[in-house]
Amino acid sequence: MRTMAIVRRVFKQMLRDKRTLALMFLAPLLIMTLMYFLFQNNTTQVASLGVHHVDQSVVNVIDTKNVTIHHYDSSQARKMIKQHDLDGYLTQKNGQLTITYSNSNPTNTSLIKASLQSGLVKLKMKTLVTVTKKQRAALESQQAALKKLTAAQTQATVTKLKTAIAQAQARGDQATAEKLQKQLKQATATTSSSTQSAKATSYTTKSHYIYGSSDSTFFESFLPAFLGFFVFFFVFLISGVSLLNERTTGTLSRLLATPIRRSEIIMGYLIGYGGFAIIQTVLTVVFTITVFKIHLVGSIWLVFLTNLLLALVALTLGIFISTFTNSEFQMIQFIPLIVVPQIFFAGLVPVDGMASWLQAIAHIMPLYYGANALTAVVTKGAGLGDIGVNLLILVGFMVVLTMLNIVGMKRYRKV
Amino acid sequence: MATDYVIAKQVSKHFGHQQVLNQIDLTLPAGMIYGLIGPSGAGKTTLIKSILGMEAVDSGTVKVMDTVMPNRAVMAQVGYMAQSDALYETLTARENLTLFGQLMSVPKIKLAQMIDYAAGLVDLTSQLDKRVSGYSGGMKRRLSLAIALIQDPQLLILDEPTVGIDPELRQQIWTELNKLKDTGKSMLVTTHVMDEAERCDYLMLIRHGIALAEGTPAALKQQYAVDTIEQVFLKAGRMQDANDGNR
Ligand SMILES: Nc1ncnc2c1ncn2[C@@H]1O[C@H](COP(=O)(O)OP(=O)(O)OP(=O)(O)O)[C@@H](O)[C@H]1O
Ligand SMILES: [Mg+2]
Repeated sequence: MRTMAIVRRVFKQMLRDKRTLALMFLAPLLIMTLMYFLFQNNTTQVASLGVHHVDQSVVNVIDTKNVTIHHYDSSQARKMIKQHDLDGYLTQKNGQLTITYSNSNPTNTSLIKASLQSGLVKLKMKTLVTVTKKQRAALESQQAALKKLTAAQTQATVTKLKTAIAQAQARGDQATAEKLQKQLKQATATTSSSTQSAKATSYTTKSHYIYGSSDSTFFESFLPAFLGFFVFFFVFLISGVSLLNERTTGTLSRLLATPIRRSEIIMGYLIGYGGFAIIQTVLTVVFTITVFKIHLVGSIWLVFLTNLLLALVALTLGIFISTFTNSEFQMIQFIPLIVVPQIFFAGLVPVDGMASWLQAIAHIMPLYYGANALTAVVTKGAGLGDIGVNLLILVGFMVVLTMLNIVGMKRYRKV
Repeated sequence: MATDYVIAKQVSKHFGHQQVLNQIDLTLPAGMIYGLIGPSGAGKTTLIKSILGMEAVDSGTVKVMDTVMPNRAVMAQVGYMAQSDALYETLTARENLTLFGQLMSVPKIKLAQMIDYAAGLVDLTSQLDKRVSGYSGGMKRRLSLAIALIQDPQLLILDEPTVGIDPELRQQIWTELNKLKDTGKSMLVTTHVMDEAERCDYLMLIRHGIALAEGTPAALKQQYAVDTIEQVFLKAGRMQDANDGNR
């Protein structure tokens, strides 16, 4: 009841503060759009690559819309790059490819690097495909033989059973007849299920060739982490500042001069600002999916759930941090300290490759768990079972911070 | 039936090296307006907060409504008006009153009626649906008083309730406070206005955290052989300074 009074107040205050609302709901969309075009732009840039004596099959796969190929008759990479203003030069000696980058424009360097790498992977895949195709043909012929065999076997059992039933019925032995009838049913059932599983096996063989990650852009792979970051950032800031205001204007201690429980205040905040965090998440996720046509592999509900938990952690963290500050400006000072470092551990830099002490830091960052879960759901289609541990850790963060906040309010009232 | 709403015994409190309250005893029976006077920084607000359980005391005990403080449930029976207005500026006066009414467990059906009553008392009825950010200082003060009255409490603790309120309205508010007193309610009021002090049934003069003098206004004047409470205030202060000098 008292909690709901606080929730209603939070809602009213937020709805009246149009600027904060706009910041919370529109700023993420704006930044997402900006990022989308920024990273999209890279793909329309074209790097020029000189080649000398390179196998045509290799040249074919490198020749993408981002790289134009020029053929030259010299193996002197340095000279040719300078002369023709190229971004890179590729030469071949037997099986050995040598690439020289001008590197005056790192973007073009990475474009060439990327198409060279993905091109070589594609080549490898092609050979693999031919091999697996052969294997599959062999497998299929084996399966056909197997099927024939089982069919023949069942046929034999069925005929045997049928004659037995007829005999039993002739003898007037109803019980045995029924028993046999059941066996007959089972025999036919096994046949159909075994054919089904045979079909399924041939499908999995096929799915081995699917290869698609060469088309995914930077934007798509980091989008989930950013979804989490936005919610975290805005909820942290808004809840922190609003509790700070309650403290500085005296309304917090005034609230505590009523019979309200300290936990009811915190709960009111969690529900109130959590509600806005949900709206923000839904808006951002739906916007990115519909406008940018981002392919969401996993469940959208898991994305919402993860973001909600992340928002609740941000909320409790914001409230916690605000107890150490005396002004909005001091609250802002905590952003580079608390919020910005988290984004480095959200998957922008692979955590596995970090020094062990950095990895330890990653594991105390809520965004690390949130972004990991989001990335797994969006790009790999992870289910609740896969990200359950991450979500539990987020709940843990939230519970601990909530406790600390409730205890921290003892400053204003002893009970 | 216990008739003492507040019983504070030997309350002491310090901030850092400063002794802000020094063994204060205070008893507030039912049906009384109790005035706390004293210079700025004397410890009046600290005493009030200690009574409410919002400030931890070093030693001594406080009972409000026969309950040892701090106690959460007792807060519902106390109407508190803080020295500085603590209002939600983006909400209207009615929304502020509704919020605190709900927190004070005013029944839903009674709430509208109580809002009208409290707002009428401080003459804010016509301004109820205006946002507090558009209020003048005196209007905010009056709204704070209305919030203290919202649950029709038996005990009112008012920290400088009439600061910034014009003489006419101040007159009106004191008349209302006296009416409330006649129904058996009690009030603990701090003030710097001496003619308000004269209207109290009982006064305590605090200076440097020490209860220098207490009694009815008439008794105090007699004790110090002066004509006004203002002179009591000044004389008691001089005597305290002289004593401190002698030590
Ligand atoms: N939170 C605090 N931390 C440190 N000192 C404090 C704190 N609150 C009050 N004090 C000190 O305690 C003393 C008493 O303060 P208090 O607010 O009780 O005075 P007051 O009698 O209400 O004064 P005024 O009439 O000006 O409101 C002051 O000297 C003040 O500096
Ligand atoms: Mg004061």
